[in-house]
Parts: sequence; C-alpha cells; structure tokens
Amino acid sequence: MAKRIGMEVAVAVAEAVGQCDIDMAAVYPITPQSHIAEHLSDLVADGKINAEFVTVESEHSAMSAVIGASGTGARVYTATSSQGLMLMHELLPIASGMRLPIVMGIANRAVSGPLNILNDHSDIMPQRDSGWISLFAENGQEAIDLSIQAFKIAEHKDVQLPVCVNIDGFQLTHMVEPLEFPDQELVNKFLPTRVPYATLHPAKPVTMGAFSMSDYFTEIMKAKDEALKNSKKVILEVWDEWAKMFGRSYKPVETYKAEDADILMLTMGSMGETAEMAIDGLRAKGVKAGLIKLRLWRPFPFAEIKAVVKNAKKLIVTDRAVSFGGPGGPVFSEIKSALYAEIQRPAIYNYIIGLGGRDVTVPDFVHMFEKVIADKANKAVDTYEFWGVRE
Amino acid sequence: MTKRKGLATWQEITTGCVVFDPGSASEYHTGSWRAQRPVWDNQKCIKCGICYIFCPEGCVQQSEDGFFQANMDYCKGCGICAHECWPRAIAMVEEG
Ligand code: SF4
Ligand code: SF4
Repeated sequence: MAKRIGMEVAVAVAEAVGQCDIDMAAVYPITPQSHIAEHLSDLVADGKINAEFVTVESEHSAMSAVIGASGTGARVYTATSSQGLMLMHELLPIASGMRLPIVMGIANRAVSGPLNILNDHSDIMPQRDSGWISLFAENGQEAIDLSIQAFKIAEHKDVQLPVCVNIDGFQLTHMVEPLEFPDQELVNKFLPTRVPYATLHPAKPVTMGAFSMSDYFTEIMKAKDEALKNSKKVILEVWDEWAKMFGRSYKPVETYKAEDADILMLTMGSMGETAEMAIDGLRAKGVKAGLIKLRLWRPFPFAEIKAVVKNAKKLIVTDRAVSFGGPGGPVFSEIKSALYAEIQRPAIYNYIIGLGGRDVTVPDFVHMFEKVIADKANKAVDTYEFWGVRE
Repeated sequence: MTKRKGLATWQEITTGCVVFDPGSASEYHTGSWRAQRPVWDNQKCIKCGICYIFCPEGCVQQSEDGFFQANMDYCKGCGICAHECWPRAIAMVEEG
C-alpha cells in the first residue's frame, strides 16, 4: 500500500490529474479553485508532466479550449468554481452534446450576488441539466480518487461524456489531509490511452458540432439522455475495478449506520463527515439515526436511493443551494420525485444548510434530527426551512 | 444520415452527431420549414443578378438562359430576394 502524505487537497487534485497522462489543460484561476490551476501549471512548467497548459483569459475560453482540444482526441482537464462555472454554462451542453470526455474539477462556491467566496452548491445546481456526469467528493482522498476515475468513466466507449468532480471549496480544497496517492504504474494500467470515436484531423475531415433542425433535434436529445443514463453501468464497473486495484470502494449512494435506521439524513459533499459524528452521538443516546451520502448526482441513482430509504420512517434531506420560488432545495426535489411512486416511503423533510460558507456543526445536525423527531404529527413534512436563519 | 431512406432514428445518430462524410452538408435539406416561396416572373426580370447576390442561403442559381431560380431544398422563404429585386420580378407566395 502506498504511503500516506499530508497535502492540501487542491494541490493533491492537481497532482492526481498529473498522474493521468493528460495532453492539455486550460484552467483559469478563481478562488477557491486557484491552487489547482497553479499547481497544475507548475507541474507542466517544471517538466514533470508532458502536457500543454493553455493560459486563457476567462473560464468561457478555458472551456472552449478544452472542447477544441478534446475534439482532436487529446485527454484534457479544466477546473473552476462559482462565477467561473456560470461563465462556462453556455458551453457545458455543447461539450456533452459533442460527447467529449472532458474532466472538470469544481471547487464548489456560492454564486453572486452578493459576492461571496465560500462554499455551497449554488454553482453546480444550475448546471444540473447540462448533460454532464456529476460526482461529489466527501473528503480529500475521494477528491483524488474521483478525479482519476473521472477520466476512465468519461472516455469509456459506452459513455463518451464529460465528467465534473465536485469538491467543496475551502472545506475540502484548502484542507491539509493525509492522502494516499495511487502508484503511478497502477494508474497507467487503470487508465489506458484514450481512444476517441472521431478526431479533428486534416487528413480525415469530419464535422463536429453541426447544425440540426427540429427534424433531428429530438432524436439527438434522446440519444444524449440515454447515453447519460447508461453511463451508470460503466461508473459501477469502474468503481469495482478501482476497489480491486486500489482497495477503496465507491458507490453511487453511500450509507452510514442506515440499515436499521428509523430516521435518515441525506448529505452531498463534505458535510457527510460532520453528520456522521452527529449520528454517533444520537446512536449513543439510543436514537436509530443513519446517514445517506449521495456521491452520484448525475446520472441520478434512483434505484439505489429507493433501496436505502425503504425501511426508514423519516428522511431529512439537506440542501446546499436554494431553488428560489420552487418546491424546496434541488436535492430535496429529486429525492421526492424518486420516491413519488413508492407505496412505502419515509416522511421527507428539507433543511437548506451551509449557504455561502456558513458553518454547520455537529450540534446543528443533532438539532435537525431532534426537531424532525419532535414533529410527531408530521406537520413539517414536504416543507423546507433555511436552517439557522435569523428571524 | 445519408445511407438510408427517411430520417435516422435516435439509435442511428452518430456519437456526438459527428458527420463523417466531408462535403455532405448539401444532403441536409434545410428548407423544410419555409412558409413562403419566391416565384420568379421572367417577363419582368432584367437578369441583373441582385437576387443571386443577396440570397443569404446562396441558393439562387442562374439557369442556362440567364434567368434565376432558387433551389427549394435550401430556400428559407426569407423574402430578401423579392425585397431586393427592384423590377419586382419576384413574388412571395404562401406555401400550401
Ligand atoms: S434581382 Fe430581380 S431582376 Fe435582378 S436577376 Fe433577380 S429576379 Fe431578375
Ligand atoms: S426567399 Fe430568401 S432564401 Fe429563398 S431564394 Fe429568396 S433570398 Fe434566398
């Protein structure tokens, strides 16, 4: 087993990407992603990796550059955050529509306004329907592992779709954690050279990104939707292979003490670890509490969610973003629609937590459980609440 | 898209809609949604070629006799040719 070393997670993500034999990267710096950009450009400048680092003037250009490079058959990487992701928004469905296996790290941060540089999920949520595979890391080790796995998933012949790896800004990106880097030779074995379905090359001209009218558009959207749904099979295979080669296993929906739980909580991203501590405390007091951690946001793991919640009486869904004027947080909406047709399903509650970097502590999570348990008449079911809002 | 009769099903769409046949854009007939069509009156036409120059689709062609006509596979019915033709030799007619 490789030795563990202490490293800042953003730097470690760049190191991990550097292990993936990338050909090209275009990353525009933005807090709290900048350390990925800086360290990756260091790796290139120092000759440690044989790749082209394209300096661009914006995130829109960064995404455009990786789209073009990916079209030539190159293995490409980019990373961004918040406003940078918003600026890329226009290009995200183009990247997925052209079925380009781009890998992007997202140091999740609140979107303006007001300007805020700290962590929540309001940057990734507006990208939900852009046709990208979307993974969420809970800790630094997962951030590294998922970043490497992302290339294999994206480039698989049955997938050929872009993948984004969500890494909570600051909470994860700026933590120094003990991390285990996979052995380079094993990574080389795990990640063979990309075999593109087509390349932009003057010797064999093709058209990418052609025009389509209403006569074909529906068929093209259907093909893209099927591709994204089918990618789950490959994601599971890749995670199996990873577990065999590197000893760490990954699932679309992770659980913690959920098997016999009466009351479950669902988190996505770094807050899972804090929630686990709350659950340990509640269990010590005899409360049958458990946790569900959503790792795969797109394609959404409907079957896995149904299976893990079926015996629980109550389910607390936490959201790190607001769907203004909508039915609750975006994760809450998804979970509710996943369970709509189930005859046996828990009463679902929604707390919107940790907006713009607000701390959510172990006692906060304990209090959420207690509040939901105290709601004996299920009055607050299907409603949402801004946790800790001053009023 | 070119090797079958009729339009492709979603399963037949190439990955990423890549077009592998260079120069095949002409096989995609883009004039299907036209609401009006230009009709030339060669009695009035003076063969100035303004319609040929102004058509944004490049679909106006000159015949051997020197008169002009549009290729209806690509004509969008925008009416620019009719608007620019100063002898008023082109009329825009509703598509049936
Ligand atoms: S612009 Fe009018 S007159 Fe000139 S060539 Fe065209 S149809 Fe004839
Ligand atoms: S109607 Fe428009 S597209 Fe058609 S021939 Fe005239 S200018 Fe060209």
